[in-house]
Amino acid sequence: MGLIARRVEADGIPTTSLTSALSITRSVDPPRAVFLDYPLGHTAGKAKDPEQQREVVAAALAAVDELEQPGAVKMLPYRWSRDDDWKRETMLGGDARSHRSSSPEYQCEADRALAVAAGDCPTCVFL
Amino acid sequence: MDAMTTRRPPVDHIVRTRDLYSSLGHDPYRWVRNDGSPPWTELRKPLRECRVGLVGSGGVYRAGQVAFHHRDDISLRVIDTSVPVSELRTSHFAYDQTDARIDPNVVFPVDTLHTLVAEGVIGELSPRAYAFMGGIYSARRVRDVLAPEISRRLAEDQVDLALLVPV
Repeated sequence: MGLIARRVEADGIPTTSLTSALSITRSVDPPRAVFLDYPLGHTAGKAKDPEQQREVVAAALAAVDELEQPGAVKMLPYRWSRDDDWKRETMLGGDARSHRSSSPEYQCEADRALAVAAGDCPTCVFL
Repeated sequence: MDAMTTRRPPVDHIVRTRDLYSSLGHDPYRWVRNDGSPPWTELRKPLRECRVGLVGSGGVYRAGQVAFHHRDDISLRVIDTSVPVSELRTSHFAYDQTDARIDPNVVFPVDTLHTLVAEGVIGELSPRAYAFMGGIYSARRVRDVLAPEISRRLAEDQVDLALLVPV
């Protein structure tokens, strides 16, 4: 996403990026980023916690006024849990990635039926 | 209430990926490393007057759309931001989608942005948001194909600011 941030910004639109992968963000170096120290898959806050999601997203938006140095990263204070054992488990975790095939992988079979019934997908952009 | 324990440093996902690839006998993945200052554009109006565009890479699609495939898919889904989140789904090869499927706002904060519009923090949410599946192996395809397409669409949507939510 950092490459996209850089392109959009270079084309004249300011960007702000949330991130939970600090080392990747530092390496790709988007113009502005806001780091939330959570396991991947919760970049905009905890599930079913709209108040925290609001604070996280508001912090990401406010970064556009606060950060003045290109490449700066604002650190959010939230912790995922009382201890950080999840970080060790993440490092030790094996390959949980799904099998790579070129057929669409639907969340549920009902979605496949809906998409097939819809036919052409004008809001799908195949590049 | 139990005290918080000492904080551990953030997970280094570059090291984690390198270790994983090495354990699978693959060559190390070479992450993009940009040196020098990133591009910079100033906001042209106060946040409370801005139209905000949302781009997420959590593999979100809307029921009725074609889902992502898991073999270097670089396609985009255009999501109408008036969509009820109950119609949002995820399809991604690499992260644990349990929570994103319970509450898509964790990777694609449409309800959250509507709340911030209602509170007057931002002016409006662009009627179109963009979703794709992050973890694209080829940085070249992102740089040459996907990034210009997203940038062109955000400009066409006349957004003043883009919020990017990677996974």
